[in-house]
Amino acid sequence: MDQNIQSVVEFPESKLERLKAKQRTIRNYFLSAPALIVLTIAASGPLFIMLFYSFLTADEWGGVVWQGSLQGWFEVFMRHDIFDGTLLPADAHLSIFWRSIKLSLVTTLLCIVFGFPTAYFIATRPRSQRSFWLFLVTVPFWTNLLIRTFAIMQILSHSGFVNKFLQSLGLIEEPLRLLYTETAVTIGMAYVYLPLMVLPLYATIERLDFSLLEAAYDLYASRLQVLRRVIIPLVKPGLVAGSILVFIPSIGAYVTPRLLGGGKSLMLGNLIELQFGQGRNWPLGAALSITLLVIVMVAMLFYVRSTSRSGVNHAH
Amino acid sequence: MHINFLKKRNRDRFNVEYVPSFPVLALICILCLYAPMVPLLFYSFNDSTLLTVWHGFSWQWYEAAWNNERVQEVTLRSLGLALQASVYSTILATMAALATTRVPKYRGQGLIYAVINQPIMVPEIVTAVALLIFFASIKAATGYQGTAYLVLAHTAFCIPFSYLPIRARLENMNLSLENAAADLYASPWRTFKRVTFPLLFPGILAGAMLAFVISLDDVVITEFVKTPGKDTLPTYMLGELRREVTPEINAISSVLFVVSILLVGMTFLISSKK
Repeated sequence: MDQNIQSVVEFPESKLERLKAKQRTIRNYFLSAPALIVLTIAASGPLFIMLFYSFLTADEWGGVVWQGSLQGWFEVFMRHDIFDGTLLPADAHLSIFWRSIKLSLVTTLLCIVFGFPTAYFIATRPRSQRSFWLFLVTVPFWTNLLIRTFAIMQILSHSGFVNKFLQSLGLIEEPLRLLYTETAVTIGMAYVYLPLMVLPLYATIERLDFSLLEAAYDLYASRLQVLRRVIIPLVKPGLVAGSILVFIPSIGAYVTPRLLGGGKSLMLGNLIELQFGQGRNWPLGAALSITLLVIVMVAMLFYVRSTSRSGVNHAH
Repeated sequence: MHINFLKKRNRDRFNVEYVPSFPVLALICILCLYAPMVPLLFYSFNDSTLLTVWHGFSWQWYEAAWNNERVQEVTLRSLGLALQASVYSTILATMAALATTRVPKYRGQGLIYAVINQPIMVPEIVTAVALLIFFASIKAATGYQGTAYLVLAHTAFCIPFSYLPIRARLENMNLSLENAAADLYASPWRTFKRVTFPLLFPGILAGAMLAFVISLDDVVITEFVKTPGKDTLPTYMLGELRREVTPEINAISSVLFVVSILLVGMTFLISSKK
C-alpha cells in the first residue's frame, strides 16, 4: 500500500525530470553549436580537405589538377634518380624528418632538466607565494613567440651577448658561429616552450604526498634515491604531459627554425611551407602535413596509454 | 652568525621537501626566461643603427616606428583583427562553456570538448596549410579577397583560449543563485542576464583578453591565410627579420612585449579575484 502511493507520487515527477533533462541537453547542443560550426569550418574541416588534396596531382603553377594521384605521398618517402630513374629513398626529406624528431626530443629533454626543478621549487614554496612564481613562469609564454625568438637571435648573434661574454672571459678569441645551427634552434625552442613543461609538472607536484618522502628518509634512503625512486615515479604523469605539450609544438615549429636555423637546419614546418611557396607542390605539402599530424597523434596516443596505465597503478 | 648558518643548514637537511640543487636550478631557469629580453629592451634605446654596440640613450627608434606608415598600417590591421577575433571567440566560447560546464553528462559532450580544444593539439603549421588550401578554393570560387578569412581563422583558434578561463570561473560558481532566480519565476534569459552573466563577467573578460593577446601574437596561421601585401604586425616583423634588422624592430618588439605583459597581468588579477 505504502509502496503504491509512493510510486503514484513519484512517477509523474520522474517523467517531468526526464523531460527537463532532455530539454537541457537540447539547449546544450544549441549553445555549443556556433562554436562547433566555426571550429569545423576553420580548424577541423580543412584538415579533411587537406587529406583529400594530398591524393591529387600538383599543378606546376601551384594549386592542384583535379586528377587522383599518389605522387604526393610517394615523394614524401621516395624519389627517382635524376639520371637513370631508379627508385631511391627521399634522403633530403628523411633527413629533415630525422632532424625534426631529434631536435624536438632534445628540446623536450632540456625542458625536463630545467623545468622539473623549477616546477618542484614553485610547488614547495609557501602557498601564498606560489601564484607569484607561477605568474613569472607564465608571462613569457603569453608574450609573442616571434619576439622571444628574436631576443634569442640577438644574444646568439656574431657580436651578441654570449660571444661577448665568452670573449671577455678569454675562453674564445674569435666569435663562435652560434646562430643558424641546430644548437641555436634547440636552445630557441627550449626557451620558448619551457613554460609548457613547468605548468603541468607543477600541477602534479603540488598534489604530491610529501609524507611518502618522509617515509623514504625514515628508511634511510639517500637524497638521490628519494628523487629517483619516489619523487620521479610519483610525478610521472606530469612529466609525460609536459613532454607531450613541449614535443608537439617543437616538431611542428616553423618560426624558430626559420629565424635561428637558416637554410641548413630546416625542420618539417619549413619543408611544408616550401611546398606551398617555391616548391609549388601542394599534394606533397599536404601529404607532409598529414604525416606530421600522424606523428603528433602517435605521441598523443602514447600519452593517453601511459596515463591510463599509471591510473591502473594508482588503483593497486 | 655562524650558528645561525648551521641552523639553516640543519633545517634544510631535515626538510623532506628539499632537494639539493633544485632551488638554484629553478632560479637560474626563471632568470633565463627573462634574461634574453634584456638586451632587446636595452638596445631599443640605442642611439645608433647597431644592435650590439651602445652609443647613448635615445627615443629615435620609437619615433621612427611611430612615424613609419607601414608600421602604422599593419598595427591598425592587427589591432582590428585581434579585437574582432576576441569578441567573436569570447561570445562563442561563453555559450560553449555554459553548454559543457555544470550540466549533467550527455551524449556528445566529450566530442564537443575535443573539437573546442582541437586547435591547441594540432601543430599550427598544419592548421595553417589546411586553411591555405581551403581558403584558396573559396577564393577561386567566389573571388572574395577580404579580411573575413583572417577573422574567421583567428576566431577559431582563439576559442579554446577564451573558453579556458570562462569554464574555470563557471566551475567555481554553484547553481543555487540561478535556481533561486528560476524559483522566483525569472525567465532563463533574464536569469542569465541578471545572475549568471554578472557573476561570470571576470571570466569572460579574462577570456577576451587572452584571445586578444593570442590573436595579436599569431604569426604562422596569419602568414599562410593573409592576402599578399596585407600584413599584420607579426608577419610584417617576420618579413623584416629576414632582411637587415635595425633597432626599430627592437622598439616595436619592446612595445608589444610590454603590452602583452600588461594584458596578461590584468588577466591574472581579474581571474584570481573572487
